[in-house]
Amino acid sequence: MTITDFLLLAAAFVLLMVAIGLARILYGPADVDRILSVQLIGSGGVAVLLLLSVGMNLAPIMDVALMLGLLATFLAVTFLRDEANSSSISPSTTEER
Amino acid sequence: MTLIFACEVVLAGLLLAIATWTIVARTAFAAIVLFMVYGLLLAIVWVALSAVDVALTEAAIGGGVTSMLLMGAATRLRAPKTPVADVGLPLKIAAGLLCALVTTVLGAVVFFLPDVAPTLAPLAKDNLAASGLGNPVAAVLFVFRALDTLLEKVVLLLALVGVWSLASDEAWGGVPGLPVYARPGPILVFLAQILPPIGIIVGIYMFWAGATQPGGAFQGGTILAAVWLLTMMARLQDLPAINARWLRLLLVVGPTAFLAIGLAGFFIADSFLAYPPGIAKPLIIVVEATLTLSIGVTLALLVAGPPERLPQR
Amino acid sequence: MRLALDIITVVLVSAGGFFFMAGTIGLLRFPDTLTRLHALTKVDNLGLGLIVFGLLPQVESRLGALKLIAIWLLVQMSGAIVSQLIAQAVRRSGRQT
Repeated sequence: MTITDFLLLAAAFVLLMVAIGLARILYGPADVDRILSVQLIGSGGVAVLLLLSVGMNLAPIMDVALMLGLLATFLAVTFLRDEANSSSISPSTTEER
Repeated sequence: MTLIFACEVVLAGLLLAIATWTIVARTAFAAIVLFMVYGLLLAIVWVALSAVDVALTEAAIGGGVTSMLLMGAATRLRAPKTPVADVGLPLKIAAGLLCALVTTVLGAVVFFLPDVAPTLAPLAKDNLAASGLGNPVAAVLFVFRALDTLLEKVVLLLALVGVWSLASDEAWGGVPGLPVYARPGPILVFLAQILPPIGIIVGIYMFWAGATQPGGAFQGGTILAAVWLLTMMARLQDLPAINARWLRLLLVVGPTAFLAIGLAGFFIADSFLAYPPGIAKPLIIVVEATLTLSIGVTLALLVAGPPERLPQR
Repeated sequence: MRLALDIITVVLVSAGGFFFMAGTIGLLRFPDTLTRLHALTKVDNLGLGLIVFGLLPQVESRLGALKLIAIWLLVQMSGAIVSQLIAQAVRRSGRQT
Protein backbone atom coordinates (compact mmCIF):
# COMPACT_ATOMS: atom_id res chain seq x y z
CA MET A 1 0.00 0.00 0.00
CA THR A 2 1.52 3.28 -1.04
CA ILE A 3 1.30 6.43 0.98
CA THR A 4 -1.28 7.78 -1.47
CA ASP A 5 -3.53 4.80 -0.86
CA PHE A 6 -3.12 5.27 2.88
CA LEU A 7 -4.10 8.93 2.69
CA LEU A 8 -7.18 8.16 0.61
CA LEU A 9 -8.12 5.41 3.05
CA ALA A 10 -7.69 7.83 5.94
CA ALA A 11 -9.98 10.30 4.14
CA ALA A 12 -12.60 7.59 3.74
CA PHE A 13 -12.27 6.69 7.41
CA VAL A 14 -12.76 10.26 8.60
CA LEU A 15 -15.72 10.60 6.25
CA LEU A 16 -17.21 7.47 7.74
CA MET A 17 -16.77 8.90 11.24
CA VAL A 18 -18.50 12.08 10.20
CA ALA A 19 -21.34 10.09 8.65
CA ILE A 20 -21.80 8.16 11.89
CA GLY A 21 -21.71 11.40 13.86
CA LEU A 22 -24.60 12.68 11.78
CA ALA A 23 -26.84 10.37 13.77
CA ARG A 24 -26.83 13.10 16.36
CA ILE A 25 -29.06 15.08 14.02
CA LEU A 26 -31.54 12.24 14.25
CA TYR A 27 -31.40 11.70 17.99
CA GLY A 28 -30.38 15.07 19.40
CA PRO A 29 -33.13 16.02 21.74
CA ALA A 30 -32.66 19.72 21.17
CA ASP A 31 -31.68 21.85 18.20
CA VAL A 32 -28.40 22.68 19.92
CA ASP A 33 -27.33 19.08 19.55
CA ARG A 34 -27.92 19.27 15.83
CA ILE A 35 -25.62 22.25 15.66
CA LEU A 36 -22.91 20.00 17.11
CA SER A 37 -23.15 17.92 13.97
CA VAL A 38 -22.57 21.09 11.95
CA GLN A 39 -19.34 21.54 13.89
CA LEU A 40 -18.34 17.94 13.27
CA ILE A 41 -18.89 18.09 9.57
CA GLY A 42 -16.98 21.34 9.46
CA SER A 43 -13.85 19.94 11.08
CA GLY A 44 -14.27 16.49 9.57
CA GLY A 45 -14.92 17.85 6.11
CA VAL A 46 -11.79 19.99 6.33
CA ALA A 47 -9.77 16.94 7.38
CA VAL A 48 -11.17 14.85 4.52
CA LEU A 49 -10.43 17.58 1.99
CA LEU A 50 -6.89 18.13 3.25
CA LEU A 51 -6.21 14.39 3.07
CA LEU A 52 -7.67 14.27 -0.44
CA SER A 53 -5.62 17.29 -1.48
CA VAL A 54 -2.34 15.66 -0.55
CA GLY A 55 -3.48 12.18 -1.57
CA MET A 56 -4.65 13.23 -5.04
CA ASN A 57 -1.81 15.77 -5.29
CA LEU A 58 -4.18 18.57 -6.21
CA ALA A 59 -3.24 21.64 -4.20
CA PRO A 60 -6.41 23.68 -5.02
CA ILE A 61 -8.46 21.27 -2.92
CA MET A 62 -6.97 23.03 0.11
CA ASP A 63 -8.89 26.11 -0.99
CA VAL A 64 -12.10 24.12 -0.76
CA ALA A 65 -11.07 23.15 2.79
CA LEU A 66 -10.44 26.81 3.59
CA MET A 67 -13.85 27.81 2.31
CA LEU A 68 -15.51 24.96 4.19
CA GLY A 69 -13.82 26.00 7.43
CA LEU A 70 -15.05 29.58 7.12
CA LEU A 71 -18.54 28.64 6.04
CA ALA A 72 -19.09 26.03 8.77
CA THR A 73 -18.34 28.69 11.38
CA PHE A 74 -20.62 31.12 9.69
CA LEU A 75 -23.44 28.59 9.44
CA ALA A 76 -23.07 27.61 13.10
CA VAL A 77 -23.54 31.26 14.06
CA THR A 78 -26.63 31.45 11.84
CA PHE A 79 -28.15 28.30 13.25
CA LEU A 80 -27.52 29.49 16.81
CA ARG A 81 -29.37 32.71 16.17
CA ASP A 82 -32.82 31.32 16.89
CA GLU A 83 -31.57 29.53 19.97
CA ALA A 84 -30.08 32.71 21.31
CA ASN A 85 -33.07 34.87 20.47
CA SER A 86 -35.75 32.59 21.87
CA SER A 87 -34.03 31.65 25.10
CA SER A 88 -35.52 32.70 28.38
CA ILE A 89 -34.29 35.88 29.99
CA SER A 90 -31.55 35.06 32.46
CA PRO A 91 -29.71 37.46 34.74
CA SER A 92 -26.20 38.71 34.23
CA THR A 93 -24.77 35.18 33.82
CA THR A 94 -24.55 35.80 30.10
CA GLU A 95 -22.13 38.65 30.52
CA GLU A 96 -19.72 36.98 32.90
CA ARG A 97 -16.24 36.12 31.66
CA MET B 1 -8.57 0.36 -7.97
CA THR B 2 -11.31 -1.46 -6.12
CA LEU B 3 -10.49 0.59 -3.02
CA ILE B 4 -11.36 3.81 -4.84
CA PHE B 5 -14.47 2.22 -6.25
CA ALA B 6 -15.59 1.05 -2.82
CA CYS B 7 -15.09 4.55 -1.43
CA GLU B 8 -17.10 6.05 -4.27
CA VAL B 9 -19.93 3.59 -3.71
CA VAL B 10 -19.98 4.44 -0.01
CA LEU B 11 -19.98 8.15 -0.82
CA ALA B 12 -22.85 7.75 -3.28
CA GLY B 13 -24.82 5.67 -0.77
CA LEU B 14 -24.23 8.27 1.92
CA LEU B 15 -25.45 11.00 -0.42
CA LEU B 16 -28.64 9.09 -1.15
CA ALA B 17 -29.19 8.41 2.54
CA ILE B 18 -28.78 12.07 3.48
CA ALA B 19 -31.06 13.18 0.67
CA THR B 20 -33.81 10.77 1.74
CA TRP B 21 -33.34 11.76 5.36
CA THR B 22 -33.65 15.44 4.48
CA ILE B 23 -37.08 14.81 3.04
CA VAL B 24 -38.38 12.71 5.92
CA ALA B 25 -36.91 14.85 8.70
CA ARG B 26 -39.47 15.79 11.30
CA THR B 27 -38.55 19.40 11.97
CA ALA B 28 -37.57 22.16 9.58
CA PHE B 29 -34.39 22.77 11.55
CA ALA B 30 -33.20 19.19 11.19
CA ALA B 31 -34.01 19.28 7.48
CA ILE B 32 -31.97 22.46 6.98
CA VAL B 33 -28.98 21.02 8.84
CA LEU B 34 -29.23 17.88 6.70
CA PHE B 35 -29.48 19.95 3.54
CA MET B 36 -26.31 21.76 4.52
CA VAL B 37 -24.61 18.42 5.13
CA TYR B 38 -25.83 17.28 1.72
CA GLY B 39 -24.29 20.32 0.07
CA LEU B 40 -20.96 19.73 1.77
CA LEU B 41 -20.97 16.03 0.89
CA LEU B 42 -21.68 16.98 -2.70
CA ALA B 43 -18.66 19.29 -2.59
CA ILE B 44 -16.53 16.33 -1.53
CA VAL B 45 -17.97 14.33 -4.43
CA TRP B 46 -16.96 17.09 -6.84
CA VAL B 47 -13.48 17.04 -5.36
CA ALA B 48 -13.32 13.28 -5.85
CA LEU B 49 -14.22 13.92 -9.51
CA SER B 50 -11.40 16.51 -9.71
CA ALA B 51 -13.85 19.33 -10.43
CA VAL B 52 -12.45 21.77 -7.89
CA ASP B 53 -14.13 24.92 -9.24
CA VAL B 54 -17.51 23.26 -8.96
CA ALA B 55 -16.61 21.98 -5.47
CA LEU B 56 -15.77 25.53 -4.34
CA THR B 57 -19.05 26.87 -5.64
CA GLU B 58 -21.04 23.95 -4.23
CA ALA B 59 -19.55 24.40 -0.78
CA ALA B 60 -20.14 28.14 -0.93
CA ILE B 61 -23.62 28.27 -2.41
CA GLY B 62 -25.13 24.86 -1.77
CA GLY B 63 -23.67 24.49 1.68
CA GLY B 64 -23.54 28.10 2.71
CA VAL B 65 -25.86 30.62 1.15
CA THR B 66 -28.79 28.28 0.52
CA SER B 67 -28.72 27.04 4.10
CA MET B 68 -28.75 30.63 5.31
CA LEU B 69 -31.71 31.42 3.07
CA LEU B 70 -33.59 28.37 4.32
CA MET B 71 -32.79 29.25 7.93
CA GLY B 72 -34.18 32.72 7.45
CA ALA B 73 -37.33 31.26 5.93
CA ALA B 74 -37.69 28.78 8.82
CA THR B 75 -37.31 31.61 11.31
CA ARG B 76 -40.08 33.59 9.68
CA LEU B 77 -42.30 30.52 9.52
CA ARG B 78 -41.91 29.85 13.21
CA ALA B 79 -44.26 32.68 14.05
CA PRO B 80 -46.76 32.63 11.22
CA LYS B 81 -48.94 35.66 11.04
CA THR B 82 -51.60 34.06 8.87
CA PRO B 83 -52.71 30.45 9.27
CA VAL B 84 -50.98 28.16 6.80
CA ALA B 85 -53.47 26.34 4.57
CA ASP B 86 -52.96 22.63 4.15
CA VAL B 87 -52.12 21.35 0.68
CA GLY B 88 -54.87 19.25 -0.85
CA LEU B 89 -54.40 15.67 -2.03
CA PRO B 90 -54.66 16.37 -5.80
CA LEU B 91 -51.75 18.80 -5.54
CA LYS B 92 -49.67 16.24 -3.69
CA ILE B 93 -50.40 13.61 -6.34
CA ALA B 94 -49.50 16.07 -9.09
CA ALA B 95 -46.21 16.91 -7.36
CA GLY B 96 -45.42 13.23 -6.95
CA LEU B 97 -46.12 12.55 -10.63
CA LEU B 98 -43.91 15.45 -11.68
CA CYS B 99 -41.05 14.18 -9.52
CA ALA B 100 -41.47 10.67 -10.93
CA LEU B 101 -41.43 12.04 -14.47
CA VAL B 102 -38.24 14.04 -13.90
CA THR B 103 -36.57 11.05 -12.27
CA THR B 104 -37.52 8.76 -15.15
CA VAL B 105 -36.23 11.18 -17.76
CA LEU B 106 -32.95 11.68 -15.86
CA GLY B 107 -32.55 7.95 -15.42
CA ALA B 108 -33.17 7.33 -19.09
CA VAL B 109 -30.64 9.98 -20.07
CA VAL B 110 -27.99 8.47 -17.79
CA PHE B 111 -28.78 5.01 -19.09
CA PHE B 112 -28.39 5.98 -22.72
CA LEU B 113 -25.28 8.14 -22.36
CA PRO B 114 -22.99 7.87 -25.40
CA ASP B 115 -19.77 5.99 -24.84
CA VAL B 116 -17.62 8.95 -25.75
CA ALA B 117 -19.04 12.04 -24.12
CA PRO B 118 -19.37 14.96 -26.55
CA THR B 119 -17.18 17.63 -25.08
CA LEU B 120 -15.46 20.85 -26.04
CA ALA B 121 -12.90 20.51 -23.26
CA PRO B 122 -9.92 19.66 -25.51
CA LEU B 123 -10.78 22.62 -27.73
CA ALA B 124 -10.92 24.91 -24.72
CA LYS B 125 -7.62 23.61 -23.45
CA ASP B 126 -5.94 24.15 -26.82
CA ASN B 127 -7.03 27.75 -27.02
CA LEU B 128 -6.26 28.51 -23.37
CA ALA B 129 -2.93 30.15 -24.12
CA ALA B 130 -4.55 32.69 -26.42
CA SER B 131 -6.73 33.94 -23.60
CA GLY B 132 -3.81 34.63 -21.27
CA LEU B 133 -5.44 32.82 -18.37
CA GLY B 134 -4.24 29.66 -16.66
CA ASN B 135 -7.54 28.32 -15.39
CA PRO B 136 -9.62 26.72 -18.16
CA VAL B 137 -12.85 27.31 -16.23
CA ALA B 138 -12.12 31.02 -16.01
CA ALA B 139 -11.31 31.04 -19.71
CA VAL B 140 -14.65 29.43 -20.53
CA LEU B 141 -16.50 31.83 -18.24
CA PHE B 142 -14.91 35.06 -19.40
CA VAL B 143 -13.54 34.46 -22.87
CA PHE B 144 -15.27 31.67 -24.74
CA ARG B 145 -18.75 32.02 -23.21
CA ALA B 146 -18.55 35.51 -21.78
CA LEU B 147 -22.06 36.32 -22.93
CA ASP B 148 -23.52 33.60 -20.71
CA THR B 149 -21.61 34.91 -17.70
CA LEU B 150 -22.77 38.47 -18.35
CA LEU B 151 -26.37 37.35 -18.57
CA GLU B 152 -26.00 35.31 -15.37
CA LYS B 153 -24.81 38.35 -13.48
CA VAL B 154 -27.77 40.35 -14.74
CA VAL B 155 -30.11 37.52 -13.75
CA LEU B 156 -28.61 37.63 -10.25
CA LEU B 157 -29.52 41.31 -10.03
CA LEU B 158 -33.00 40.59 -11.33
CA ALA B 159 -33.42 37.93 -8.63
CA LEU B 160 -32.52 40.54 -6.04
CA VAL B 161 -35.08 42.95 -7.46
CA GLY B 162 -37.58 40.11 -7.33
CA VAL B 163 -36.84 39.55 -3.64
CA TRP B 164 -37.17 43.26 -2.96
CA SER B 165 -40.51 43.38 -4.71
CA LEU B 166 -41.92 41.20 -1.92
CA ALA B 167 -41.82 44.20 0.38
CA SER B 168 -44.99 45.97 1.37
CA ASP B 169 -45.57 49.35 -0.23
CA GLU B 170 -44.84 51.30 2.95
CA ALA B 171 -41.50 49.59 3.50
CA TRP B 172 -40.15 50.04 -0.02
CA GLY B 173 -36.69 51.52 0.07
CA GLY B 174 -36.28 50.57 3.68
CA VAL B 175 -34.12 48.24 5.68
CA PRO B 176 -34.20 44.46 5.06
CA GLY B 177 -35.53 42.30 7.81
CA LEU B 178 -32.59 39.95 8.30
CA PRO B 179 -33.07 38.24 11.65
CA VAL B 180 -30.22 39.33 13.89
CA TYR B 181 -29.09 38.47 17.36
CA ALA B 182 -31.29 40.22 19.89
CA ARG B 183 -28.55 40.49 22.49
CA PRO B 184 -25.14 39.72 20.95
CA GLY B 185 -22.79 38.67 23.73
CA PRO B 186 -19.12 39.62 23.86
CA ILE B 187 -18.06 36.25 22.45
CA LEU B 188 -20.11 36.69 19.32
CA VAL B 189 -18.89 40.25 18.95
CA PHE B 190 -15.31 39.00 19.19
CA LEU B 191 -15.93 36.44 16.46
CA ALA B 192 -17.57 39.07 14.27
CA GLN B 193 -14.55 41.30 14.73
CA ILE B 194 -11.88 38.72 14.05
CA LEU B 195 -13.42 36.77 11.19
CA PRO B 196 -14.19 39.53 8.65
CA PRO B 197 -10.55 40.58 8.08
CA ILE B 198 -9.66 36.92 7.49
CA GLY B 199 -12.70 36.56 5.27
CA ILE B 200 -11.80 39.60 3.21
CA ILE B 201 -8.27 38.32 2.64
CA VAL B 202 -9.54 34.86 1.73
CA GLY B 203 -12.20 36.34 -0.56
CA ILE B 204 -9.69 38.49 -2.42
CA TYR B 205 -7.29 35.55 -2.59
CA MET B 206 -9.97 33.30 -4.11
CA PHE B 207 -10.85 35.86 -6.75
CA TRP B 208 -7.20 36.56 -7.55
CA ALA B 209 -6.22 32.91 -7.69
CA GLY B 210 -9.15 32.19 -9.99
CA ALA B 211 -7.17 33.36 -12.99
CA THR B 212 -4.70 30.50 -12.81
CA GLN B 213 -6.24 27.89 -10.51
CA PRO B 214 -9.72 27.03 -9.27
CA GLY B 215 -11.49 30.00 -7.81
CA GLY B 216 -12.96 33.13 -9.22
CA ALA B 217 -15.27 36.04 -8.64
CA PHE B 218 -18.25 33.99 -7.53
CA GLN B 219 -16.45 32.06 -4.81
CA GLY B 220 -14.64 35.15 -3.54
CA GLY B 221 -17.86 37.14 -3.56
CA THR B 222 -19.64 34.50 -1.52
CA ILE B 223 -17.06 34.73 1.26
CA LEU B 224 -17.34 38.51 1.27
CA ALA B 225 -21.12 38.18 1.53
CA ALA B 226 -20.80 35.71 4.40
CA VAL B 227 -18.55 37.90 6.55
CA TRP B 228 -20.65 40.98 5.87
CA LEU B 229 -23.76 39.08 6.98
CA LEU B 230 -21.86 37.96 10.07
CA THR B 231 -21.10 41.53 11.12
CA MET B 232 -24.72 42.48 10.52
CA MET B 233 -26.04 39.53 12.51
CA ALA B 234 -23.77 40.41 15.43
CA ARG B 235 -25.06 43.99 15.17
CA LEU B 236 -21.66 45.47 14.61
CA GLN B 237 -23.13 47.09 11.52
CA ASP B 238 -26.66 48.10 10.70
CA LEU B 239 -28.42 46.72 7.70
CA PRO B 240 -28.37 49.30 4.96
CA ALA B 241 -31.53 50.78 3.50
CA ILE B 242 -31.93 49.40 0.02
CA ASN B 243 -32.24 52.83 -1.55
CA ALA B 244 -28.83 53.88 -0.27
CA ARG B 245 -26.82 55.19 -3.17
CA TRP B 246 -23.56 53.47 -2.28
CA LEU B 247 -25.37 50.17 -2.04
CA ARG B 248 -26.94 50.47 -5.45
CA LEU B 249 -23.61 51.56 -6.93
CA LEU B 250 -21.86 48.49 -5.55
CA LEU B 251 -24.61 46.26 -6.88
CA VAL B 252 -24.31 47.43 -10.46
CA VAL B 253 -20.61 48.17 -10.75
CA GLY B 254 -19.80 44.58 -11.65
CA PRO B 255 -22.29 43.95 -14.45
CA THR B 256 -21.76 47.51 -15.70
CA ALA B 257 -18.01 47.08 -15.99
CA PHE B 258 -18.54 43.77 -17.72
CA LEU B 259 -21.02 45.30 -20.14
CA ALA B 260 -18.81 48.34 -20.76
CA ILE B 261 -15.79 46.22 -21.61
CA GLY B 262 -18.00 44.08 -23.78
CA LEU B 263 -19.25 47.09 -25.70
CA ALA B 264 -15.72 48.44 -25.96
CA GLY B 265 -14.96 45.20 -27.75
CA PHE B 266 -16.73 46.70 -30.76
CA PHE B 267 -14.05 49.37 -31.03
CA ILE B 268 -10.84 47.84 -29.76
CA ALA B 269 -11.36 44.27 -30.91
CA ASP B 270 -13.51 42.32 -33.32
CA SER B 271 -16.93 42.18 -31.73
CA PHE B 272 -19.00 42.32 -28.59
CA LEU B 273 -17.13 40.82 -25.61
CA ALA B 274 -14.01 40.25 -27.68
CA TYR B 275 -10.70 41.21 -26.10
CA PRO B 276 -7.75 42.75 -27.93
CA PRO B 277 -4.82 40.36 -27.84
CA GLY B 278 -2.31 41.10 -25.10
CA ILE B 279 -4.51 43.00 -22.67
CA ALA B 280 -7.14 40.32 -22.33
CA LYS B 281 -5.96 39.21 -18.89
CA PRO B 282 -5.89 42.68 -17.27
CA LEU B 283 -9.34 43.43 -18.64
CA ILE B 284 -10.68 40.15 -17.30
CA ILE B 285 -9.08 40.83 -13.91
CA VAL B 286 -10.80 44.22 -13.76
CA VAL B 287 -14.14 42.62 -14.64
CA GLU B 288 -13.66 39.88 -12.06
CA ALA B 289 -12.67 42.36 -9.33
CA THR B 290 -15.77 44.47 -9.79
CA LEU B 291 -17.89 41.35 -10.12
CA THR B 292 -16.55 40.00 -6.82
CA LEU B 293 -17.77 43.14 -5.08
CA SER B 294 -21.13 43.11 -6.79
CA ILE B 295 -21.72 39.41 -6.26
CA GLY B 296 -20.81 39.74 -2.58
CA VAL B 297 -23.26 42.56 -2.02
CA THR B 298 -25.97 40.89 -4.12
CA LEU B 299 -25.76 37.57 -2.31
CA ALA B 300 -25.75 39.23 1.10
CA LEU B 301 -28.84 41.25 0.20
CA LEU B 302 -30.55 38.16 -1.22
CA VAL B 303 -30.13 36.47 2.14
CA ALA B 304 -31.16 39.62 4.01
CA GLY B 305 -34.50 39.56 2.30
CA PRO B 306 -37.05 42.16 1.35
CA PRO B 307 -37.16 45.48 3.20
CA GLU B 308 -39.44 45.45 6.19
CA ARG B 309 -39.09 48.78 7.89
CA LEU B 310 -38.07 52.28 7.06
CA PRO B 311 -34.70 53.44 8.34
CA GLN B 312 -34.71 55.55 11.45
CA ARG B 313 -33.75 59.06 10.47
CA MET C 1 14.48 9.60 4.18
CA ARG C 2 11.35 9.07 2.20
CA LEU C 3 10.48 6.05 4.28
CA ALA C 4 10.99 7.93 7.53
CA LEU C 5 8.70 10.72 6.35
CA ASP C 6 6.09 8.22 5.27
CA ILE C 7 6.20 6.49 8.64
CA ILE C 8 5.72 9.83 10.40
CA THR C 9 2.76 10.54 8.17
CA VAL C 10 1.15 7.18 8.80
CA VAL C 11 1.59 7.43 12.57
CA LEU C 12 0.32 11.00 12.89
CA VAL C 13 -2.60 10.62 10.49
CA SER C 14 -3.64 7.41 12.23
CA ALA C 15 -3.51 9.18 15.58
CA GLY C 16 -5.61 11.97 14.16
CA GLY C 17 -8.10 9.46 12.82
CA PHE C 18 -8.26 7.86 16.24
CA PHE C 19 -9.25 11.19 17.77
CA PHE C 20 -11.89 11.64 15.11
CA MET C 21 -13.30 8.28 16.10
CA ALA C 22 -13.14 9.21 19.78
CA GLY C 23 -14.90 12.48 19.12
CA THR C 24 -17.64 10.81 17.10
CA ILE C 25 -18.21 8.16 19.73
CA GLY C 26 -18.32 10.90 22.34
CA LEU C 27 -20.83 12.83 20.27
CA LEU C 28 -23.11 9.83 20.08
CA ARG C 29 -22.68 8.31 23.52
CA PHE C 30 -22.23 11.15 25.99
CA PRO C 31 -25.34 11.95 27.97
CA ASP C 32 -25.50 15.71 27.72
CA THR C 33 -24.98 18.53 25.25
CA LEU C 34 -22.08 20.05 27.14
CA THR C 35 -20.21 16.77 27.41
CA ARG C 36 -20.76 16.11 23.73
CA LEU C 37 -19.37 19.55 23.00
CA HIS C 38 -16.28 18.64 25.01
CA ALA C 39 -15.80 15.54 22.87
CA LEU C 40 -16.13 17.59 19.72
CA THR C 41 -13.46 20.08 20.68
CA LYS C 42 -10.96 17.23 20.77
CA VAL C 43 -11.77 16.63 17.14
CA ASP C 44 -11.01 20.22 16.22
CA ASN C 45 -7.81 20.44 18.19
CA LEU C 46 -6.15 17.07 18.17
CA GLY C 47 -7.87 15.24 15.35
CA LEU C 48 -7.35 17.88 12.72
CA GLY C 49 -4.04 19.01 14.21
CA LEU C 50 -2.47 15.56 14.10
CA ILE C 51 -3.71 15.04 10.56
CA VAL C 52 -2.25 18.37 9.50
CA PHE C 53 1.10 17.58 11.09
CA GLY C 54 1.00 14.17 9.48
CA LEU C 55 0.44 15.76 6.07
CA LEU C 56 3.25 18.27 6.45
CA PRO C 57 6.02 15.82 5.43
CA GLN C 58 4.10 14.98 2.26
CA VAL C 59 3.68 18.51 0.96
CA GLU C 60 6.38 19.70 -1.43
CA SER C 61 6.03 23.45 -1.36
CA ARG C 62 6.57 25.64 1.67
CA LEU C 63 3.48 27.65 0.78
CA GLY C 64 1.38 24.50 0.87
CA ALA C 65 2.69 23.65 4.33
CA LEU C 66 1.92 27.17 5.57
CA LYS C 67 -1.55 26.88 4.11
CA LEU C 68 -2.15 23.60 5.94
CA ILE C 69 -1.17 25.11 9.27
CA ALA C 70 -3.17 28.26 8.60
CA ILE C 71 -6.29 26.23 7.85
CA TRP C 72 -5.82 24.25 11.05
CA LEU C 73 -5.39 27.40 13.12
CA LEU C 74 -8.47 28.94 11.56
CA VAL C 75 -10.63 25.88 12.23
CA GLN C 76 -9.29 25.67 15.77
CA MET C 77 -9.93 29.32 16.56
CA SER C 78 -13.40 29.44 15.10
CA GLY C 79 -14.19 26.06 16.63
CA ALA C 80 -13.20 27.32 20.05
CA ILE C 81 -15.36 30.44 19.72
CA VAL C 82 -18.35 28.57 18.36
CA SER C 83 -18.05 26.06 21.21
CA GLN C 84 -18.33 28.94 23.65
CA LEU C 85 -21.40 30.19 21.79
CA ILE C 86 -23.01 26.77 21.85
CA ALA C 87 -22.32 26.39 25.57
CA GLN C 88 -23.82 29.83 26.14
CA ALA C 89 -26.92 28.82 24.22
CA VAL C 90 -27.27 25.67 26.32
CA ARG C 91 -26.85 27.68 29.51
CA ARG C 92 -29.39 30.29 28.51
CA SER C 93 -31.98 27.72 27.65
CA GLY C 94 -31.77 26.54 31.22
CA ARG C 95 -30.80 22.94 30.54
CA GLN C 96 -27.81 22.57 32.81
CA THR C 97 -25.72 19.39 33.29
